Amino acid sequence: MSQLEGKKALVTGASRGIGAAIARQLAAEGAAVALTYIGGRSETDGVVDQIRAAGGSGHAFEVDVSAPDSVAALFDSMGDQFGEDLDIVISNAGVQANKPITECDLEDFDRLFNVNVRGTFEVVRHAVTRIRNNGRIITVGACLADRTIVPGMGTYAGSKAAIAAFCRGWAQDLGPRGITVNCVQPGPIDTDMNPDSEQNPISRMLNEATTLKRYGTSEEVASLVTYLASPGSQYITGEVINIDGGLNA
Amino acid sequence: MAALDGKTALVTGASRGIGAAIARQLASDGAEVVMTYAGSAAKAEQVANDINAEGGAASVAHADVSSPDSVSRLLELVDRTLGGGLDILVNNAGVAEHSAIQQGELDEYDRIFRVNVRGTFDVTRHAVQRLRDQGRIITIGSCLALRAVFPTMGVYSASKAALAGFTRGWAQDLGPRGITVTCVQPGSIDTDLNPDTADNEYAQVLRDLPALKRYGKAEEIAQLVAFLASSGSSYLTGQTVTADGGLNA
Repeated sequence: MSQLEGKKALVTGASRGIGAAIARQLAAEGAAVALTYIGGRSETDGVVDQIRAAGGSGHAFEVDVSAPDSVAALFDSMGDQFGEDLDIVISNAGVQANKPITECDLEDFDRLFNVNVRGTFEVVRHAVTRIRNNGRIITVGACLADRTIVPGMGTYAGSKAAIAAFCRGWAQDLGPRGITVNCVQPGPIDTDMNPDSEQNPISRMLNEATTLKRYGTSEEVASLVTYLASPGSQYITGEVINIDGGLNA
Repeated sequence: MAALDGKTALVTGASRGIGAAIARQLASDGAEVVMTYAGSAAKAEQVANDINAEGGAASVAHADVSSPDSVSRLLELVDRTLGGGLDILVNNAGVAEHSAIQQGELDEYDRIFRVNVRGTFDVTRHAVQRLRDQGRIITIGSCLALRAVFPTMGVYSASKAALAGFTRGWAQDLGPRGITVTCVQPGSIDTDLNPDTADNEYAQVLRDLPALKRYGKAEEIAQLVAFLASSGSSYLTGQTVTADGGLNA
């Protein structure tokens, strides 16, 4: 099964967790994948090695999506090493903060919004100049955009809600070219950011809060993203899909 | 190996349009399918014959989902045909009528709610007794549940909104068994009910409204249903997924 044969995909924040799983699955379906990282060079090389060992194509690029010069340089070097065209753009790079409004300052706000919101805008703005007709843009939001559930997440939830609104607006802009834009909103996924372990103070509560009574895996999120990247999702656009084990049910 | 090899599925309202496309897609992915029809026996038989001719496994059953006796008989037949176990239930049977509240009648309300809402409840109530752990319930709602778009759609919209409510509630009930419950909300799909033709007074508007500027195809909905029926959707539950070409974006 290689439903993405001949396609080219960009996945931001692909050194680990959900982004790495997305890059692996897209590559396993036949796409050539550009993976970006910030800082995690050796981890990303490890993901690229896994992709290549499985017979796929992967290339690593460093980028800070919150720095416009860095994003411009990414697209320049992708053009040189990866080709100009793109079919699939996965905006996954993001940061998290756990601070109630009583402790949050503008620096916290700027860090969250510069990466999660302005960074997504900037990557997609460049990508749409290269994306082919019938392409796919998939952003990774968070189910916290719909219901916040726990204290301390307001600023983060705000940044992810902005991502969901982008998706509806950009779907309108790009629909006439057959390009679909969708947003995937994961719930509790077992990653370094939010491990399913006794040491994580909220993990027990999150296990209980889902209807499936468990954390999800990065691979489960990647399966949905891979479906949305495939030709079979052609009539879904402007849609925000929670993949949260029923947390928001 | 096909994604649904060894699985069994029940698809209601499968004689034509979206239901027939779903039956075809699930069968081509390897599932053994029982398809129901209310009136069009010949059309349902033709779909089943096509599936069987292509190496799939399908059989037809008459069912009026608004009649509790008929639903009981259907599930007895499903037991005999599929051997007592069910993996996938697709609640697709439904009716549509146009009428403004100024001309509203209880008969019309009852016709729509008996099939779309009470029928879905009754079929699901019986089916969950047969559904295996990790099973799938997928209900076909409508994007009109989110926005009515036109006059005369109030009762139909409300009936489809009820299905989205069922989805969240039943996901809570069945999550501990790993059974996922999702609702697909199609937009304008080119079928006998709403053809993409010059003599359909709504067609021009419905082509212009979605971001993609076109009707969808029954096969595009079926591909989403097939993804939701597959093991790859295991963390997606209690969620409505709208496939409307961006009509609600």
